[in-house]
Amino acid sequence: MSDKKQFMFLNRRAPYGTIYAWESLEVVLIAAAFEQAVSLAFVDDGVYQLVTGQDTSGIGMKNFSPTYKTLGDYEVRHIYVDKDSLESRGLTQDDLQVVPWEDWETEETVDNIVEVVDSAKLAELLEASDVVFSF
Amino acid sequence: MPIEVNGKTLETDEEGYLVNLDDWEPAVAEVMAKEDDLELTDEHWEIINFLREYYEEYQIAPAVRVLTKAVGKRLGKEKGNSKYLYGLFPYGPGKQACRYAGLPKPTGCV
Repeated sequence: MSDKKQFMFLNRRAPYGTIYAWESLEVVLIAAAFEQAVSLAFVDDGVYQLVTGQDTSGIGMKNFSPTYKTLGDYEVRHIYVDKDSLESRGLTQDDLQVVPWEDWETEETVDNIVEVVDSAKLAELLEASDVVFSF
Repeated sequence: MPIEVNGKTLETDEEGYLVNLDDWEPAVAEVMAKEDDLELTDEHWEIINFLREYYEEYQIAPAVRVLTKAVGKRLGKEKGNSKYLYGLFPYGPGKQACRYAGLPKPTGCV
């Protein structure tokens, strides 16, 4: 597609309590289904969206955390997580989901497209995006 | 518009998708297919079951492009193409097969 744009979805809020995380994920799926170049970034409490072992049975909300694992199937190539946000919450990459990506024709694979980056790198990535959606 | 399945009345939305995913049983697909004048074969069931497994794992109904690729990968390249899937589900493999499988309409499907 000639008008393919670099979309960046910036997620700053905890997964539950507000609808932002789920709404963001839905827009990501739509943008990816329309074959745009989609990346995600998780900053501040947004990093909790990727934490494994979530259980929403007590709050009556759908647990959508398994959906992140299929983003590679939607041709999302990059998921960035802010290093400082992760560290200040006592988390490491081991607490986060693993999202694989595979090119089904060439069988090229990436075991995990989730990448922890520092804030300078993140700023660079935001700068390089054509469109930034902030949730 | 509710549908009758095995003596039970199941609620559906205005486009015919089940409102409660837990209401699903194989007879739901049979009833829906009959309304579309479609006979469900093993090939249809392969896709319907595949969609249910995908939903179980990821909690969403896949976009048709994702479905096509995933089918190709898991069920063979000869099945992972639009021609094969539209042959089975003429109203669109995303929408029609998801409806039979009791899933919501795929996100981004208009």
